[in-house]
Amino acid sequence: MSKRGLFFCLCAVFAVYSVYVWTAGTDTPNIQPPSEQAKAGLALFQEKNCIACHQLYGLGGHMGPDLTNVASAPDKGVDYLKTFIANGTDKMPNFKFSEAEIDALAQFLVFLDRTGTYPPAHPEISWFGAVAYSGANNGK
Amino acid sequence: MANDTGLRFMLLGLLALAASLFFGVLSAFKFLYPEFLEALPFHKLRPLHVSLAVSWIFLTAIGGVYYYLPNLLGLALFSIRAARWHFWIFLVTGLAILGAYLLGQFGGREYWEFPPVLALPIFLSWILFAVNYFNTVIQRRSAWPVYFWMWGTGIVFFLLTFAESYLWLFPYFRENMARELAVQWKSYGSLVGSWNMLVYGTAIFVMEKISGNEAMAHSKMAFGLFFLGLFNLMFGWAHHTYPVPFAEWVRNFAYFVSMTELFILGKIIWDWRGSLSDYQKHRFRRPYRFLFAADIWVFINLVLALIISVPAFNLFTHGTHVIVAHTMGTTIGINTMILLGSIYFVLEQRDTDSALQTVSGMADHGYWLANGSLLIFFLALLVAGLIKGTYSGGSFGDMMASIEPFLLIFAVAGIGLMMGLWMVLLPALRRIYSLVFSVTARNPMRVENGQKTNL
Ligand code: HEC
Ligand code: HEM
Repeated sequence: MSKRGLFFCLCAVFAVYSVYVWTAGTDTPNIQPPSEQAKAGLALFQEKNCIACHQLYGLGGHMGPDLTNVASAPDKGVDYLKTFIANGTDKMPNFKFSEAEIDALAQFLVFLDRTGTYPPAHPEISWFGAVAYSGANNGK
Repeated sequence: MANDTGLRFMLLGLLALAASLFFGVLSAFKFLYPEFLEALPFHKLRPLHVSLAVSWIFLTAIGGVYYYLPNLLGLALFSIRAARWHFWIFLVTGLAILGAYLLGQFGGREYWEFPPVLALPIFLSWILFAVNYFNTVIQRRSAWPVYFWMWGTGIVFFLLTFAESYLWLFPYFRENMARELAVQWKSYGSLVGSWNMLVYGTAIFVMEKISGNEAMAHSKMAFGLFFLGLFNLMFGWAHHTYPVPFAEWVRNFAYFVSMTELFILGKIIWDWRGSLSDYQKHRFRRPYRFLFAADIWVFINLVLALIISVPAFNLFTHGTHVIVAHTMGTTIGINTMILLGSIYFVLEQRDTDSALQTVSGMADHGYWLANGSLLIFFLALLVAGLIKGTYSGGSFGDMMASIEPFLLIFAVAGIGLMMGLWMVLLPALRRIYSLVFSVTARNPMRVENGQKTNL
């Protein structure tokens, strides 16, 4: 095959693969869409750049803890996380959020929590180093 | 109109690097002393550091393409005016982005944290670049060397994946967090692949010119590398997102894909090094050395990348400083070394006796300081990350306290790295500045060392 042919073949496969990833690739079939409040929370999460210090599913900056399941973690939960968001700490700024904004961020974190578990709950490691998660949503 | 756009891009790239290093050091100290410099909290410093670092890579790679095509490859740019526009759009948008960060105006997502409207001028400026590039290289009727393919692929895939990284603006993508994250990291994986195309293409070009061996850039091995790199760019991204609830085959496929790429680059550079004559090493001493350093860092990073791409190990390294070691190990050790090599190649190729030689002692010391510091920096991040990844004790705060000594080593080594790279980039900055802004240097008919040089 010519170089050009190979190049365009790869591009075609890439296009098909991309559409698959965009539409069907997730492992979270029964997820409820976020509420309006949670969507507003996600927008705020971006506007304040929380991800510079925090992670979602382990992705983000490393100054603060991962927030994927803070809404349901033992000894944590919604009131706990609202306290942090409302007051900050010596490492986390106090953003002086209104009550409505705090609720929106909390709803976003509740929505996030329902999408899966991080770190994965029951990883099964195969002999060649691949990892499977039992059940949908990483065992959630 | 003199065509110095390539040099201008490089000049801006060097400034971005100098500033990025400074913000990087401040960020590292913020881990330890969050109360210091209250006005610049970590969530402003981090994007300042990372966006400037990414800009350094793009600006300098783009500068190389604009410089090499007309000056060393004999292909007049299709449009000098479009290149100028590209430069100015980049500069003005870049300043707007830095301003937005300083004011705490975000709104984007990690790596492009700026308000999404600012993505539009960036996208437009790349279209100008793409049109200019393809209309320029099309003049070359004979078979294209591999770096033409790599540059072209880098440009096109930047456009595609930059657009993909904004799909989140459509509500459909936000309604499912797994999809949202997967598409985000799919696009970033390919984006890194596209800047690697630009940078590795530059490496191969510079190697060809130093060694005078034109066959290399047409060899089967070089094209093998190119297609493997392209394959990785397209399908390797999911190693960033192993823990995200995503179709299992996509993850396993990425695992397989990841095991391939860097190896071949190492092999090419290795083969090339053996084939150089002493004269050529001496004639282009600094670019040669930078490429040599990149070669060593390829091997070190290859080992780490292979390990963390095995999902079983990734369980312990994901979300830790091991990943930061990988990101900065590759962007500094490989990309930055190659791009500094490219800049010094431009300078040494222009000035055989050179204003450069007199100040270059500093650059040589800086080279060693930077590489030595980088090694300590890299190891400290690895250890900090491994402790975090295997930590089973109490709270997040306790874990952070236990890795603090290593974060301190990282921060101090970061100062060494910053000083070292500043010492390298300063002489280059001065020289390029004088080439771009002094009247004599701009005269395209200037006779230098008996050779006519063309700007
Ligand atoms: C400058 C860094 C920084 C920024 C920005 C930041 N945080 Fe934090 N956050 C932290 C740190 C660090 C902690 C851990 C507590 C501590 O050590 O002070 C934390 C703790 C938390 C906690 C408690 C987590 C737990 O598991 O105990 C929540 C919830 C939280 N942050 C939410 C947010 C949200 C929402 C935003 C954006 C509006 C945000 N944070 C922005 C640094 C930051
Ligand atoms: C050429 C030089 C450099 C380049 C190209 C570079 C690049 C990067 C990149 C791409 C990231 C994002 C990492 C990730 O998301 O995993 C990053 C993060 C970071 N860098 Fe650098 N960097 C450079 C130098 C430095 C220096 C000298 C320091 C000082 C110690 C530094 C400190 C940091 C810190 C603290 C972070 C944030 C880590 C985190 O919380 O995730 N960098 N850098």
